Amino acid sequence: MHPAASVILFTVTSGMGYGLLALLAVLGSLGMLPPDPGLGLAGLGTALALITVGLLASTFHLGHPERAWRALSQWRTSWLSREGVLAIMAYPPAVLFGGGWVLAGRTDGVFALAGWLTALLAVLTVCCTAMIYASLKPIPQWRNRWVMPGYLAMALATGAAWLALLASVFGIGRGLTDIIAILGLGLAALVKLAYWRHIDSAAPIATAAAATGLGGLGQARLLERPNTQENYLQKEMGFRVARKHANRLRRLVLIGGFGLPLVLILAASFLPAAMSIWLLALALVGVTIGALVERWLFFAQAKHTVTLYYGAATV
Amino acid sequence: MTAIAPNTTGRKLGLVIDLDTCVGCHACAVACKEWNDGGHMAPLTDEDPYGREPFGVWFNRVHAFETQPESGCGGGPASTRTVHFPRSCLHCEQPDCVTVCPTGASYKRAEDGIVLIDEDQCIGCKLCSWACPYGAREYDSHSGTMKKCTLCVDRIYNTNLPPAERRPACVMVCPTSARLFGDLGDPGSDVSRRVAARGGVDLLPDLGYRPVNKYLPPRERRAAADTAPLPDAPGGADIGQRLLGWVDRLLSR
Repeated sequence: MHPAASVILFTVTSGMGYGLLALLAVLGSLGMLPPDPGLGLAGLGTALALITVGLLASTFHLGHPERAWRALSQWRTSWLSREGVLAIMAYPPAVLFGGGWVLAGRTDGVFALAGWLTALLAVLTVCCTAMIYASLKPIPQWRNRWVMPGYLAMALATGAAWLALLASVFGIGRGLTDIIAILGLGLAALVKLAYWRHIDSAAPIATAAAATGLGGLGQARLLERPNTQENYLQKEMGFRVARKHANRLRRLVLIGGFGLPLVLILAASFLPAAMSIWLLALALVGVTIGALVERWLFFAQAKHTVTLYYGAATV
Repeated sequence: MTAIAPNTTGRKLGLVIDLDTCVGCHACAVACKEWNDGGHMAPLTDEDPYGREPFGVWFNRVHAFETQPESGCGGGPASTRTVHFPRSCLHCEQPDCVTVCPTGASYKRAEDGIVLIDEDQCIGCKLCSWACPYGAREYDSHSGTMKKCTLCVDRIYNTNLPPAERRPACVMVCPTSARLFGDLGDPGSDVSRRVAARGGVDLLPDLGYRPVNKYLPPRERRAAADTAPLPDAPGGADIGQRLLGWVDRLLSR
């Protein structure tokens, strides 16, 4: 599948934002992070900014961004619509929780309740993002049980990397945030490894013979395409560059996106705050690049059944 | 609406495509492009039409496949076949292209099962084209909306046309009658009887989209015996048979 920059930017930044938002909301509501106005403003501000940038980026993918509001109407059947509805529903409790934290210096009572609701809606929104892909039957690399855990784990890991940096900047809750970031990165690496192993070994879902109904005559092989130049289907669904470099890119994600940041965060946790900030910032850069490459691969490696009509033997 | 209507009339308008008689002339694709360029989903944009990389929206595309028997024995060049394969929207009974649509622009008509797009509601998110396993939807970058086969909804109900012409453009134009149009929800219809008689098949049935359009597989090749010399029957009772034997001998020289 063609990896559109706007969709990669959207899924990565909104995932980061919801991960950070959910972590702040849960840790705040549990009283594990003190309601420090600086951390609250910077943390919740960053989370909501990342989410908003992500949601805006997703509209750049549209042919008619001015009609994007219509996408909220079909939540009964469409995961894309559900995602939009939940994304918007998450703002009011997040703002209430943020207001309590930053203005009133409180994360208890009604603010704690708002925090739990914020975290729940953040997690559900990421689930919906994953389901947009996991519900598409023609693309086996997306429709499998590792896709939703992958999106959730990446949101947790990238959000936790932000939280670790912010905690270091404000000197609050450091040990805890470092541990969460290390666990999040480890979990995301394991889930992505399992996902890659699954898509590498899964049996094909369809053949060219099934796509043409010619199974009765044996195997089918494309002889001639209908058009000499590429068409929309080939450009959108028949993207081919990534599979060639997949293994190298996966190593880049594992080392640059998970391994190196993990070591940096571990090292930072033994250093005084002033020095740890730089290591944590570097870790965040690595995690971000890793997440972007991972998401690019997620799109680029996916094979659509329509390629069976353009020369693929199996999908 | 994006949800599939539970109450339908039972009518399932669609196409039956005979892979035995399709000669791959692309007339259906061209006639479709011509009609729909001025019809319901118009225009079907062409970019760089006379340049180096023409790129445009088509609802019908004709592929050619080669088939080869799976077993080693009995295989070989003699049993391979070339099959021309027209591909367009199958107006599925379970169209995920409709249910994934976030705006309700994509819909399946309860009255006849035709899958259409309301272009005024389409936001151009392309999700429907990802959800279709058959590649039946193409994005038009000029209008910023998705386009697809309408089963020529603006022909088949057009009372200004003579009844014989109230058929999709691709069906009207096909020189070998490889495309048939009708109600596949009615078991007594001409198309349904043809599907039953020829063992019509669904494409990618395992994915569960339940296409309405059916494909008739190529017929078995005639045995080589059909082209062997006719039996010589001198003095036979049937004068016609003797005459045919004589003509066969004459032409075989």
